[in-house]
Amino acid sequence: MADASIIPAGIAGMFDLLSPNPPGWGGNLLRGLANSLQIAVGAFGMGLLIGTFGAYGKLYGGPLVRDIAAIYTTIVRAVPELVLILLLYYAGTDMINRVLEGLGYQRVDISGLVAGIVVLGFVQGAYATEVLRGAIKAIPQGEIEAARAYGMSPTLMMRRITLPAMLPHALPGLANLWLISTKDTALLAVVGFSELTLVTRQAAGTTKAYFLFFIAAGVLYLAITLFSNLILAKVEQWARRGMPSVKEAR
Amino acid sequence: MTEALHASAQMEPLQSVPAEKAEAIHVWNLHKKFGALEVLKGVSLTAKDGDVVAMIGGSGSGKSTFLRCINFLENPTSGVIRINGEDVQMVSDGEGGQYPANRRQIERIRSRLGMVFQNFNLWQHMTLIQNVIEVPVHVLGMKRDEAMAIGEQLLERVGLSAKRDVYPAYLSGGQQQRGAIARALAIQPRVMLFDEPTSALDPELVGEVLKVIGDLAKEGRTMLLVTHEMKFAREVASHVMYLHNGIVEEEGPPEELFGSPKSERLKQFIRTVS
Repeated sequence: MADASIIPAGIAGMFDLLSPNPPGWGGNLLRGLANSLQIAVGAFGMGLLIGTFGAYGKLYGGPLVRDIAAIYTTIVRAVPELVLILLLYYAGTDMINRVLEGLGYQRVDISGLVAGIVVLGFVQGAYATEVLRGAIKAIPQGEIEAARAYGMSPTLMMRRITLPAMLPHALPGLANLWLISTKDTALLAVVGFSELTLVTRQAAGTTKAYFLFFIAAGVLYLAITLFSNLILAKVEQWARRGMPSVKEAR
Repeated sequence: MTEALHASAQMEPLQSVPAEKAEAIHVWNLHKKFGALEVLKGVSLTAKDGDVVAMIGGSGSGKSTFLRCINFLENPTSGVIRINGEDVQMVSDGEGGQYPANRRQIERIRSRLGMVFQNFNLWQHMTLIQNVIEVPVHVLGMKRDEAMAIGEQLLERVGLSAKRDVYPAYLSGGQQQRGAIARALAIQPRVMLFDEPTSALDPELVGEVLKVIGDLAKEGRTMLLVTHEMKFAREVASHVMYLHNGIVEEEGPPEELFGSPKSERLKQFIRTVS
């Protein structure tokens, strides 16, 4: 117990509640944070992958591919994310199990982590498709033409020219998507996944220290954002290496 | 459905025909339509090793389109293109046009044609030396050290050794174009294609680029050159073609073409540009 003469009893109790060791709830909060981050990283990565294919499909695909990509981005962006999460999580797992049973396999328990990543990644993919499509269109056409004129295959051109050249145009949009993905993990509370927000609610409900725990969760979300900003600034600086500053010279 | 115009004819390597210079590019009766607009109405050309063919003509005459058809940046509507003795297979697209049947054949052919563009088109996310070694390393499979050594020599040749680690955005137009020429030379091209290489340059920068191109012509490189620089074309070309409205109005050795032009249009063209 801390020295009560210096630290008032209320504040000391606060630290006890946030202590990482039981009966403190700090450990649970940090585990929730770790779960949230895993989902955010997974969903963002999956979104990038879908978005790359989606953008290429929309730009270079045949009529069928373009239509499929257009339907995907339109529907996903039209439906509220919460509805999509409920729909994909419950209906999606149910459908997989029905198919498995129909094929004569056992039902499986789909882990909340995997389901969360897939559901949020599916949503992120639609937005990433549009961010990357715009970024690819911002590449000067001459650079693409030069790559073609020197005999690069489509995959080599994607790896060596298109993706690095579009990155500076895509980064502001992708940074938005990453930050949105860290906070969208909170929506998974509705399907009972123990991410940061759900754990916070449990801690607050049990101890009645609502203000304390929600402030603590807010601080954790803010810390993610601040840390991300640091990294993103570095990445953007690197991606813009060949580009002069947009600021007026002084 | 696959309607190849010609059977693939792999020619012998050029060592086997020492008496006559080998054909680097042979184009016969090339047509190109953009929708209803016919830009090329049957243009033919043969360039042997060491030839410098200059194409001149007013804007809209089809000279740039013709050059871009040679490495299939534009797909010709009809006609025969043979490069390094290799006929390019085309497939009908069912709408009156055609496209190359075999993407790998096109990629192989392109990797031996050094294209220099009007707007330089250097890759902005790479330094100058990275631009120069990109195709040798990643398309032609050359070892990085070897490509570096060649790349540095080439940059020295075009007078840009000091700029090797600079990004293109920080170079002048003339420097970028000389860098682009080094990039084209790095693939050890069978033919160099120049698409109005000085048209985007400030007047005082034109000279430095023309000097580099002129030196290449002197050392016997095979080149196709689309240009507005009549004086330069007269100096370096071994053969000049004057295009007007998608057809070759007149062609011949430069002295003849510029000295005693036959067609009225060419006379007028030479008067207006010089």
